[in-house]
Amino acid sequence: MITARGLARRFTARGRTVDAVKGVDLDVAEGELVGFLGPNGAGKTTTLRMLTTLLRPTSGEATVGGCDLLQDPVGVRRHIGYVAQGGGTAPECRVHEEIELQGRLYGLSKADSIRRGAELTEQLDLAGLDQRLTKTLSGGQRRRLDIALGLIHAPRLVFFDEPTTGLDPQSRANLWEHIRDLRAEHGVTLFLTTHYLDEADSLCDRILVIDNGEIVAEGSPDSLKASVSGDRVVVGVAEDSASAAAEAAGRLEGAHEVTVTGEGVRFRVPRGDTAMPELLRALDAAGIPMLSMQVQRPTLDDVFLTMTGRSLRDAEAAPAGEAAHVA
Amino acid sequence: MSRDIWLIFRRDLSLSMRNPAWIMIGIMQPVLYLVLFGPLMERVVSNTPGFPPGSSWTILTPALIIQLALFGSSFSGFGLLAEFRSGVLERLRVTPASRVALLLGKVLNNALQTVLQAILIIVLAFLVFDLDAPFGGIVLSLVIVGLTSTALASASYALALTIRNEQAFPALLNAVLMPVLLLSGILLPITTGLAPDWLYAISRINPFTHIVDAERASFRGDVTMDALFTGCVVLVVLTSVTVFWGARTFRRENA
Repeated sequence: MITARGLARRFTARGRTVDAVKGVDLDVAEGELVGFLGPNGAGKTTTLRMLTTLLRPTSGEATVGGCDLLQDPVGVRRHIGYVAQGGGTAPECRVHEEIELQGRLYGLSKADSIRRGAELTEQLDLAGLDQRLTKTLSGGQRRRLDIALGLIHAPRLVFFDEPTTGLDPQSRANLWEHIRDLRAEHGVTLFLTTHYLDEADSLCDRILVIDNGEIVAEGSPDSLKASVSGDRVVVGVAEDSASAAAEAAGRLEGAHEVTVTGEGVRFRVPRGDTAMPELLRALDAAGIPMLSMQVQRPTLDDVFLTMTGRSLRDAEAAPAGEAAHVA
Repeated sequence: MSRDIWLIFRRDLSLSMRNPAWIMIGIMQPVLYLVLFGPLMERVVSNTPGFPPGSSWTILTPALIIQLALFGSSFSGFGLLAEFRSGVLERLRVTPASRVALLLGKVLNNALQTVLQAILIIVLAFLVFDLDAPFGGIVLSLVIVGLTSTALASASYALALTIRNEQAFPALLNAVLMPVLLLSGILLPITTGLAPDWLYAISRINPFTHIVDAERASFRGDVTMDALFTGCVVLVVLTSVTVFWGARTFRRENA
């Protein structure tokens, strides 16, 4: 559904150039649910805007939905749905007006547009809101309306830019369900960007991690996590026996990054679940009482940390000027 | 393309009709000039040499209509900035609808509104004051004001999308509109008989001077080459250039 090679975008403003996206290659097969994960300013939105014909790439080429991005942008637009980060409904418009206009702009007749709109409002729990002004909808409802607008022409490929940003936890979970349904029931191919690890983790078959305009890792959530060397284990012992405990931990097969902390020992080991009983026996034999223990499977944040040397949350804290060129 | 233009036109029209009060607020300024300034002009015109032919009302009314277009349509880019911020513009730009149609549909609505407002002002001038103008001339003057509005709205949309700043946009417009207004001889015609040579010379550079002259000529029913030709040529050129500018801005990939 999507093939991109060397897609790049450079912005020039006041004599300063910023390479927002530096040659991205990506392939998305039909029926896949692919997530684009990265901190704000990493180039996610810029890439998405290029793939959806809203921004012309400085270099590179791509085929989206079977049409060439540069030669046939109108063909691309016909075949894709796009749900933008901030949504796109006019506050003073009624729900049914927005839906009908959108359908007609995609070439549907008035009757088809209304029929398809009714299907979608039913499917997205928007039934009965037809006559409401969009500004009176709740955040979750408006987001679902944005999605309905993106799906009006039954596209086989849909792009979501940060679908759940700004929603409360309940609306987020609800929206995830709708996104999963789209694929499960209608076989739609989905490409979404997110800076939420849990979102990428729970929704996507495959994740592309982007940082500073480059894809730094790619794979299923599990395989990405497996690429991080092992589970993180934290064991609590009394302070005076911490170094002895660290020694015992170091003898475990494959244990590394062993550090002594104030409250005990932390280390990484390939299989935390099988290493624990072994460590427990070793500590017992040495007469060191274990006060607490915690085994943590690697998270996507660990992946990001391993790939970039920064935590995703730290990267968030220092956005790299995307705000300036998104506009 | 024409289908897309129609769809966008209808949407904008229904949005503006939702608040018809704005149409009335829009004509308040020219109406006030007509009522509170027009009567002053009556004696001035009859006692001062140098005015164009015709009564004070056939001099003032057409000029106020151009002023209406000037101020009404120039700010239409403001609404576009709101659509830009709310993501509506981007949502429409990702549909297969022609991007030029997005512009033209909007512009058509601006032009229609201005023409409707102009009709209201003309009716008022007819009923309350002594405006006397031939029907054909009135129709021609409405065409002129419709085109003027088209040109200004297109330019306004292009400018708004280029500077994309809600503070700078009105400030810039006010800075431009004030001299344009004064130099187009809307309130007092800038003629060789009334103005010093240098002022007359500057006023001729202003395209709106010629448009106001043409509008006045059509109100007089003076359809001779001399009176209408320059204004109409200026208007057609201005409209073509601004619509082209608007279309190019709307088509640009990262607008």
